Amino acid sequence: MMKLTIDGIEVEVEDGSTVLQACEQAGAEVPRFCFHDRLSIAGNCRMCLVDLEKAPKPIASCAMPAGDGMVVHTNTPEIKKAREGVMEFLLINHPLDCPICDQGGECDLQDQAMAYGRHFSRYGEHKRAVKNKDVGPLIETIMTRCIHCTRCVRFADEIAGVEEFGAVFRGEHMEIGTYVEKAVSSELSGNMIDLCPVGALTSKPFAFTARSWELRKTESIDVLDAVGSSIRVDSRGGEVMRIVPRLNEDVNEEWISDKSRFACDGLSKRRLDRCYVRKDGKLEEASWAQAFAATAEALKGVSGDQAAAIAGDLADCESMTALKDLMTGLGSNHMDCRQDGAKLGGARAGYLFNTTIAQIEDADAILIVGADPRWEASLVNARIRKRYLRGGLKVGVIGAQRDLTYPYDLLGAGPQTLGEIAGGSHDFCQTLSAAERPMLIVGPGAVARDDGAGILAAARGVAEKFNMVRDGWNGFNVLHKAASRVGGLDLGFVPAAGGRDVGAILEGAESGAIKFVWLLGADEIDVARLNNAFVVYQGHHGDAGAAAADVVLPGAAYTEKDATYVNLEGRVQRTRRAIFPPGEAREDWTILRAFSEVLGNTLPFDRLGDVRARMAKISTSFETVDSVTPAAWDDFGTTGDLSGGAFSGAVDDFYLTDVISRASHTMAQCSGLFVTGQQGKTGTDG
Amino acid sequence: MNAGSKNFVFSPENMVRAKAHMAKYPEGRQASAVLALLDLAQRQNGGWVSREAMAHIAELLDMAEIRVYEVATFYTMVNLQPVGKYLIQLCRTTPCWLCGSDDLRNVCKDVLGIGVGESTEDGMFTLIEVECLGACVNAPMAQINDDFYEDLSAARMKEILEMLRRGEQPPTGSQTGRQTSAPATGATTLTDAGNA
Repeated sequence: MMKLTIDGIEVEVEDGSTVLQACEQAGAEVPRFCFHDRLSIAGNCRMCLVDLEKAPKPIASCAMPAGDGMVVHTNTPEIKKAREGVMEFLLINHPLDCPICDQGGECDLQDQAMAYGRHFSRYGEHKRAVKNKDVGPLIETIMTRCIHCTRCVRFADEIAGVEEFGAVFRGEHMEIGTYVEKAVSSELSGNMIDLCPVGALTSKPFAFTARSWELRKTESIDVLDAVGSSIRVDSRGGEVMRIVPRLNEDVNEEWISDKSRFACDGLSKRRLDRCYVRKDGKLEEASWAQAFAATAEALKGVSGDQAAAIAGDLADCESMTALKDLMTGLGSNHMDCRQDGAKLGGARAGYLFNTTIAQIEDADAILIVGADPRWEASLVNARIRKRYLRGGLKVGVIGAQRDLTYPYDLLGAGPQTLGEIAGGSHDFCQTLSAAERPMLIVGPGAVARDDGAGILAAARGVAEKFNMVRDGWNGFNVLHKAASRVGGLDLGFVPAAGGRDVGAILEGAESGAIKFVWLLGADEIDVARLNNAFVVYQGHHGDAGAAAADVVLPGAAYTEKDATYVNLEGRVQRTRRAIFPPGEAREDWTILRAFSEVLGNTLPFDRLGDVRARMAKISTSFETVDSVTPAAWDDFGTTGDLSGGAFSGAVDDFYLTDVISRASHTMAQCSGLFVTGQQGKTGTDG
Repeated sequence: MNAGSKNFVFSPENMVRAKAHMAKYPEGRQASAVLALLDLAQRQNGGWVSREAMAHIAELLDMAEIRVYEVATFYTMVNLQPVGKYLIQLCRTTPCWLCGSDDLRNVCKDVLGIGVGESTEDGMFTLIEVECLGACVNAPMAQINDDFYEDLSAARMKEILEMLRRGEQPPTGSQTGRQTSAPATGATTLTDAGNA
């Protein structure tokens, strides 16, 4: 610990802190452009000048290590003048186009120019102009505005792990860019827009659509992957204009993936905004009463054993609770929330990311089994990379070869390698034994297959063998890719005794054993196999499920309801309603509540609070929101024969994983560029 | 950049040199050799460095291509466009300018028919103007490929260009015959050094 005096206030800071951090601790505001908490120090904008006693000239506080006994002044007239000088230089080449700049209103340069800028320019010469770069469909570049803080360069190198940005040429001719023009191939690239302190990098889909001050800001949770990143939904009128990240150190820090950020245009496309009932093979518009009547009619003569329900990847906990109770009321045990057929269930510790995302930073060895964290849970991958950058991390992967942005040993392709590690004969065992805090991550590619339960048991064996589960540390992790999965498992939205799982429901529908299927936003299944059954689709987008349905009930998307989701760590989080659902669409649990009344078996929920009380009754995990309670190590997994097949990558296309992103124009562009591989045909190749 | 378009590789001799440069730095710090390798590549590639060459260097040094571009674009001695067999770098900074660098530029225009930044059609000469090359005492001067030609006059510049065009090697250094940068008017001190 070191003692410094900042503007007469004495503060104590930890060793290794900078003067800037000490100033912040003392409550002194220091302007800055290049410095960012989560990036390496560049010290090139010079805006953070402060006066250090006994130093011959002002110092850049961001790059100056704090020393014991330093006496610092941040608000002397000299310092104000020095900063004004820096600001004047920065503005020499910065265009005066704030009125047409998308950054206007949320621009660091604009804000700080208010404090340190002149109200006129002494620069009479021509300003320099820089050619804009084409860096893909997500980021708009207006490079003349760039002040060369290099935050984007450092973000790409350090956080995103794609060394593609750089500062080329020098002096007056310096430019930020990729040199060879190409799209930035990172699933985290959108964060550069937030990092850019000026309007050089702005959101391309959001360009010229709204001003930051006219947007209504709603704090919510992302549901397009299982991480549950904290987001802010910016809306105007009845439309979501953009989505930006919110600070949450435990989950997403201050980043979100490009899908979370840019898929929001899909929220207003292909929406189900009224009920439909199939008549003579065609879906026809209907009222709620007609749709409910048609559904109730179809249920007549169907025994409980012939009805089934499948919850999709975006289903919220409230609606799953209501659907579960509805199905149980009908006498059905056939329900499943695991669309992909994952063999998960049993003890809570057996399907959670027990280590928690934040504690990845404490791990020193990671074994990844059949998971592709980069595409399945981008921010988990970003955490692993963050840990890797600190050094001393060993990563082994069983599964497909893939660029994860950090080096790893490819140990094998399938269960055989996992068996070798469990048996202790594999080389990687030494790494795991030597590690103090080893982690194991089992992904959907390993458990969503016929021998999934056996693989889970084998993974459990590995975790126990290498002492990964002990007091204060649980290194056993399951990686999910769907926001609804953990919530569904917590609620027990799985087949009860004698019930059918997803595969068996589909089989039953084909054979005629299942006559009635309720799809709660379930689109990622082979809906063609449901042809013989009466299908009710409740959801918000006209995708595969709605096309196969006999009755369509329009629900609300995650930005349109107050709903509960449980992220992969088991963290119960809630979305907030930013806008109203379109047309006649309703919040999902209310639809089920209303339908139960038609059936004459009314669910006992009149208010949202009633549903949530019921959820807490099913699982106590719903009692605490926004925090993680460690799960007890208990029974899960079934030892069984493992087939030899290689683990598959569970995500084919990061940009098109759910109904919202599939409806998004922006995501379609990204998919075309980054996944189906037309990268070579962009930019300079024309 | 397309991986398939990598058609630059170091020749076996240059690869030996490249490895020698890389060996100068501690393990894991091989990227420090980037400037030396860019120079090698430029010499092998006829005076300029192509994108393919930079990709090759990036691969050899295990660094991202953009990091090589950054270095290559920073240093003006790395040519990113093809240049003639003889790259004439004419100094135009104040001492050379006062001593007649404008005349030299006009000679180039007359003899070669090219202006600053241009190349002759036969690919023999490229003319560029540069800032101070540090030979002010012997102004005006020009650097042609690796050699300095100092104490130039318009007439001498013309002769040099014609010799190069004929494939002859003109004498390098001072063109008036003085030793390095000794006074142009002859020795002014130690004149009786032999009698001491």
